[in-house]
Amino acid sequence: MKRFLLMTGSVAALAVTGAVAQDQQLTIVSWGGAYSNSQQKAYHEPYEEKTGVEILNEDKSANALAGIRAQVEAGNVTWDVVDMLQADAQRACDEGLILEIDHNEWLEPAPDGTPATEDFIEGTLGPCFIPQILYATMFAYNTEAFDGEGPKTVEDVWDLEKFPGTRSLQKIPQKNLEWALLADGVEVDQVYEVLATREGQDRAFAKLDEIKDNVIWWTEGAQPPQMLADQEAAIATAYNGRIFNAQVNEDQPFKIMWDHQMFETDGWVVPVDTGNLDLIKDYIRFATDTQRLADQAKYISYGPARKSSAPLVGMLEGTDIDMKPHMPTNPENLETAIPFDVQFWADYGDALEERFNAWVAG
Amino acid sequence: MASSTERRGTAAPILAADGTPLKQALRRSQSIERRRALALVAPLLLFILIVFVVPIIAMIWRSVYNPEIREFLPQTASALQDWDGTEVPPEPVFQAMAADMIVGVENRTIGRAAARINREIPGARSTMMRTARQVDEWSAPYREKFIEADEDWTNLEFWRILKRETRLLTPTYYLLALDYEYNAEGEIAPRPEVYQVYKGLFFRTAWMSLLITGLCVLLAYPVSYLLATQPTRTANLLLILVLLPFWTSLLVRTSAWIVLLQQQGVLNDLLVAAGLVDDNGRLRMIYNRTGTIIAMTHILLPFMILPLYSVMKTIPPSYLRAAKSLGAHPFRAWWRVYFPLTLPGLAAGCILVFILAIGYYITPALVGGETGIFISNLIAQNMQGSSAQLKLAAALATILLVAVLLIYWAFNKLVGVDKLKFG
Repeated sequence: MKRFLLMTGSVAALAVTGAVAQDQQLTIVSWGGAYSNSQQKAYHEPYEEKTGVEILNEDKSANALAGIRAQVEAGNVTWDVVDMLQADAQRACDEGLILEIDHNEWLEPAPDGTPATEDFIEGTLGPCFIPQILYATMFAYNTEAFDGEGPKTVEDVWDLEKFPGTRSLQKIPQKNLEWALLADGVEVDQVYEVLATREGQDRAFAKLDEIKDNVIWWTEGAQPPQMLADQEAAIATAYNGRIFNAQVNEDQPFKIMWDHQMFETDGWVVPVDTGNLDLIKDYIRFATDTQRLADQAKYISYGPARKSSAPLVGMLEGTDIDMKPHMPTNPENLETAIPFDVQFWADYGDALEERFNAWVAG
Repeated sequence: MASSTERRGTAAPILAADGTPLKQALRRSQSIERRRALALVAPLLLFILIVFVVPIIAMIWRSVYNPEIREFLPQTASALQDWDGTEVPPEPVFQAMAADMIVGVENRTIGRAAARINREIPGARSTMMRTARQVDEWSAPYREKFIEADEDWTNLEFWRILKRETRLLTPTYYLLALDYEYNAEGEIAPRPEVYQVYKGLFFRTAWMSLLITGLCVLLAYPVSYLLATQPTRTANLLLILVLLPFWTSLLVRTSAWIVLLQQQGVLNDLLVAAGLVDDNGRLRMIYNRTGTIIAMTHILLPFMILPLYSVMKTIPPSYLRAAKSLGAHPFRAWWRVYFPLTLPGLAAGCILVFILAIGYYITPALVGGETGIFISNLIAQNMQGSSAQLKLAAALATILLVAVLLIYWAFNKLVGVDKLKFG
């Protein structure tokens, strides 16, 4: 009998420790590669050290919206915090898949006391969305692919005679259609207006037709630097952090063409009906404070979403490379930039994606 | 004596050793046998039911199930039933819409209804969401206020689609999967050309699978013949060469083809070094149709060789010798004697390769680029990304499933599955 009691006791104790361990775990979904690495260094490791919470990484952000939809629909949400694009967060929020967030309650104010809602760059906070970084998608090229000067403008990218070679573009309509219209002479501030019309869409696809035979498509952020390095492509669109990474860590002769870069926001959302909300809130409060956002910029060249973080951005960790000129938010890089229109793509994304897929496969 | 036994047999039932009628005893012992057999196959049956039948039924159900409007705009759905569709709906419909919106904003479900309609009319989402955010501040009558807030509320197409899609089961996704849609009048019509993709891809999948099967036959037949006619030792060695790639991971084999065929790859390097092609004119042999055909033919080849080999192995060489000694030309002897005997293996290999090919995903995805992808790649595409259309994916997958079943049925009618020899 005594032995039996002892045994049940230890089983119960095991169950309790098990439950505690479960409570002290966060499953965080992000993009993988250099980007997850920067989060690991700037957010996860300090947080684990501070609290003893264990953080599990899943690299599923490329399908975050579909994943959350499926999990919520099945009533089995296993993701605690998800790194997501703002446009997808907008849709997920409308569909009631992620929690609404009271920013000033959830988030740390700036060191000088400015409330979070005023500290984050205008237009980046969403009703369900907490931004971390601004990143740019733009053209980059391998300087060895061209004898003389490389391309300087989006028009040059379309100039196959002056700048021969394969182009590598992301296999989505987003941004490609905007660039096609810009290359066709549409003014920056009219791009989305034109793209909302049938004629504008025809025009964008016709412009893409001009280079279609010279295009190979990429789907993962790691592909374009690889294609440029192998010279499978001469010019590629890419995320600026990935190109920076290849330039600095792998000494690749790449050059970023900042002309008409398109910047957008990436950040955290929390699915509904997920685990321990207090723990999630605690993590997010920690990971989005001014210092942490500035820390992330030590590892990857994405601009912190808080204004108060900008002055704290310094050198690339372990080097004397100043990160500021490599940020998409650097004034020089912003001159001809286009903000990615989240609302437009929430409305026209379905139809344009269908047409784009048909066009690509045809 | 014999007749008396017979008489006894018809008059009284034959008894088993324990005195029960033989028929009954037999039935009992057979039913135990049957139950034991059932218990033995039960795990497999259960397994097939759970991981195969149930998911397929769920998939087919998903491809027609259409609850969004009815569930998230219930009052509007019923108010629209009396509307004739010729002019902007009357006040009660708007009133119902306002009530639905207030509930929908409260429960955060309005976005799902909006997302459903946005698939049919781009931009309808933000019209609905904008209005839904304001509607709790309004009071009756609603009609003018809606229209004042956004002209799009007078769009008859919007209301017609709303009314049409209140049905719980919809063929919409099957229409889309075959490149058809409802036009403004609500009739079924082909989609605008720039949106058409699936029909073409079904055809492409079919003809490329046929071509790959044909290439496999051409390559596998001589190899199998060689294997079957060599002495056992040589044959085993050659067979290892066939099986070795078969045992290698599919991804490894596909990646190897990428290394060989890409523009900076081994084959192009050789061609350039040999002066056959210019350095700027390197051939594109991968990320297109050619890549898919080459890689898939290689990967599926063992499925053709193995059944062919096993059949050829059983054909006695004396048959051919007999035909020749009777005066037949070697080709005639082969064509009239040998070839018909290999048909069961050939047919088995063909159906195996063709059905595997038609649903292939990973190889076309990796080496097919855009012109070499199959329908399965578009099914996958519809399951990923932010615009994931799971229902369209389900419809496409169901069509593919039905197509394969039809092919199998037709094959069975023509050749007869019982005649096949898989090895």
